[in-house]
Amino acid sequence: MRVPQSTNDAGPAPRVTNGPTSPNGRATKNRAANSRHGMESLKSTMVKVVLLGLVDAFAVFVLITLFLSQSWLIMVIAAAVTLLINWIYLRKGGLPAKYLAPGVFFLVVFQVFVVLYSGYIAFTNYGDGHNSTKADAISAIQITAQKRVPDSPSFKTSVLKQNDELFLLFTNPDGTVSIGSTTKPLTAVTDAVLDGTGKAVSVPGYDTLNFAAIVANQNDILSISVPVSEDAAQGSLRTADGSTAYAFKPSMVYDAGTDTFTDVETGTTYTDNGEGAFASADGERLATGWKINVGFDNFVRAFTDPNLRAPLLNVIAWTFMFAITSVILTFGLGLFLAITFNRDDLRGKKIYRVLMILPYAFPAFLSGLVWSGILNPQFGWLNQTLLGGAEIGWLTDPILAKISVLVVNLWLGFPYMFLVCTGALQSLPAELDEAARMDGAGAWRVFRSIKLPLLLVSIAPLLIASFAFNFNNFNVIYMLTGGGPRFEDTTRDIGSTDILITLVYKVAFGQGTGRDYGLASALAIVIFIIVATVSAVSFKQTKALEEVNR
Amino acid sequence: MSTTTVPVRPTPENAAELQAPKRRPFGVWFKDKGWRHLVGVVVTLFAIFPLLYVLSAALNSNGTLAGTKGLFTKIDFGNFINLFNDPARPFGRWFVNTLVIGVVTSAATVFLGAMAAYAFSRMRFKGRRMGLLSLLLLQMFPQLLAVVAIFLLLSGISDVIPALGLGSQLGLIMVYLGGALGVNTYLMYGFFNTIPQELDEAAKIDGASHVQIFFGIILRLVTPILAVVALLSFISISSEFVIASVVLTDPDSQTLAVGLYSFVADTRSKNWGIFSAGAVLAAVPVMALFLFLQRYIVSGLVQGGVKG
Repeated sequence: MRVPQSTNDAGPAPRVTNGPTSPNGRATKNRAANSRHGMESLKSTMVKVVLLGLVDAFAVFVLITLFLSQSWLIMVIAAAVTLLINWIYLRKGGLPAKYLAPGVFFLVVFQVFVVLYSGYIAFTNYGDGHNSTKADAISAIQITAQKRVPDSPSFKTSVLKQNDELFLLFTNPDGTVSIGSTTKPLTAVTDAVLDGTGKAVSVPGYDTLNFAAIVANQNDILSISVPVSEDAAQGSLRTADGSTAYAFKPSMVYDAGTDTFTDVETGTTYTDNGEGAFASADGERLATGWKINVGFDNFVRAFTDPNLRAPLLNVIAWTFMFAITSVILTFGLGLFLAITFNRDDLRGKKIYRVLMILPYAFPAFLSGLVWSGILNPQFGWLNQTLLGGAEIGWLTDPILAKISVLVVNLWLGFPYMFLVCTGALQSLPAELDEAARMDGAGAWRVFRSIKLPLLLVSIAPLLIASFAFNFNNFNVIYMLTGGGPRFEDTTRDIGSTDILITLVYKVAFGQGTGRDYGLASALAIVIFIIVATVSAVSFKQTKALEEVNR
Repeated sequence: MSTTTVPVRPTPENAAELQAPKRRPFGVWFKDKGWRHLVGVVVTLFAIFPLLYVLSAALNSNGTLAGTKGLFTKIDFGNFINLFNDPARPFGRWFVNTLVIGVVTSAATVFLGAMAAYAFSRMRFKGRRMGLLSLLLLQMFPQLLAVVAIFLLLSGISDVIPALGLGSQLGLIMVYLGGALGVNTYLMYGFFNTIPQELDEAAKIDGASHVQIFFGIILRLVTPILAVVALLSFISISSEFVIASVVLTDPDSQTLAVGLYSFVADTRSKNWGIFSAGAVLAAVPVMALFLFLQRYIVSGLVQGGVKG
């Protein structure tokens, strides 16, 4: 048992547990003793002030930006955090907080908060087509659904550039000149330079793009859509070739009173369908929607949608099987090797050991990629060279792909277990072994009844940690098979070697099917629950938590 | 067994025995040690074969996956030259990016972790036990589980401070620092506890401040564990794919893991030789560092893992 530490923050040394109530007499005595360290403590105070000043300067900058973007809630939170940091470092005492604050700050924001935020996203329909607020969605629909106004005049156009943003300079048929970009609505210009044909070609403060630059930036120029005014319903100006522009009007008209969109040509009315999108009476939805809370929809969908249900259950089963089998295989081989080489008089032991550790030192993401080359069914070294041109689907057959993944993960994981088991074996007292042999126990019996149980006591927490790691072993799966081969009973990109975490990644960021952050977060929450349950149960059994009580 | 007292007519078998009377028969040697060598050779082959394979592919400028039949049939450095001469695949930039992100993150991780471990090991305060427990529990939930939320949080930060948001390496480093406590603090906490308390007390009586004790005494005595934690976090950061691939979108800012994956994912068989060259270059520094510091790592793993 340790005594509580007295602490010293720029002079007086109050006990942490006593805080500011520490008796004054003691503090003055210490001050005298500290006098020769005056310079030192002055230096550390200076460092502290400078560092805190930098943090505060940054905080003020952030607060101003937040103020300008009118994010009030975040601004209040940021201000509170800034005040808290200053309070922690400026007050006397409270020493533990001073040492813990920086780490805890990052921990809270990037580990605790993001988990809670995942929990929130899991209950929304956030994803492609549901990215923002309803107001944003309405103006986005108005901007994207644009048609050229019939018989409208054409505008002579030049393309200008300022600070990496492209602008269009229009010369109206009546000779007036105006400028605008996708983000800045049309404004009149009076100081434009005209060329011989009366077309405005440049404005002071902007660079004019020549023909070659226009060709080079063709796609960016095509996507410029200059709003006529702040109101998106007024339409916009666009150019197809960088020299002539036409007026475009929304083909969808929004009526704020009834909260509906009407297609100008067909007359179809789209109303808010309550699921974060506008839909017509016969169920046709506009592509751009907005984010709403959907309650347990994502979870319900995951376990009832026929396109998702069976594959998901397969994935969950395989995730468990993969994690458990990986732990058993790596631990089994590691322990076997540790026992095999636990002999002092074995020649070449060191060489074996160094060579066997190599896979552990090899970067994990590369191993998957390298093995995928070895196991490649058409061109891989295993089929081509070792098996003389066979076409065995090591990565394309559902069963073989699973075995391949396990073998590669064994390759990656056994050195760690070998090292750990060797360490644990060597820490067992040799007397146990001798005593058991005196009593007539054979080698197997000694191992089975004495060494293994003792070993498991120290290694069990590591096995649980290894299970938790393999449960989310993204790299080996994603780099080796990408989750494939794909299941045939679903249109989604899910395959027989997918584990939950690769599924989360594919649902959220995969190509083709569109990003569905809501569903991905719901699946992540499922992983959280599983990992939490497993680790709670197993830690309780191994009593690893006792460690903390020391 | 190897010597006989009764003279017998020399048969082929015992003739051999008589010629080498001290030598143990193969059967006994095999039962005692030979099988260990057999296991050693087999497992060593399993362990190093993929590494030899990638090295051989890197040195063979034929280039395609199908072209690498035998190992080391051709040795030249064409792949390495091609590797650095492709503007669409800035391997040099990836390498530097990985190095910078890895070094900055692991240095900051060590510093944050050591401060926290110092507080937990040397001070007694309200919530200390809860704090340690929470760290132990939090490390069960790796950051990559919340990758969606991290992506959305960073895209929100992009609107306020673009330099810390999506596409920024600084933003990625901040995200990684979220995992700086957790397992590292736990490893260090165990090691800090082995440094005798009397040392800091003596220093305190001599008038040292807590800052002086921390930087002047404790940090110097725990250097081995600092090296282990720095190395382990460098290795794990340089292999990290999920979050890096989501945050870093511009090829010039990507890390080796993201860059090499995206490069090989589309054209796996065509550019195999160049990829292998990149893989070798990416792996060599990490492996060298690992083998060089192997002793420390192993003792760190055993101490931190087994004893807590």
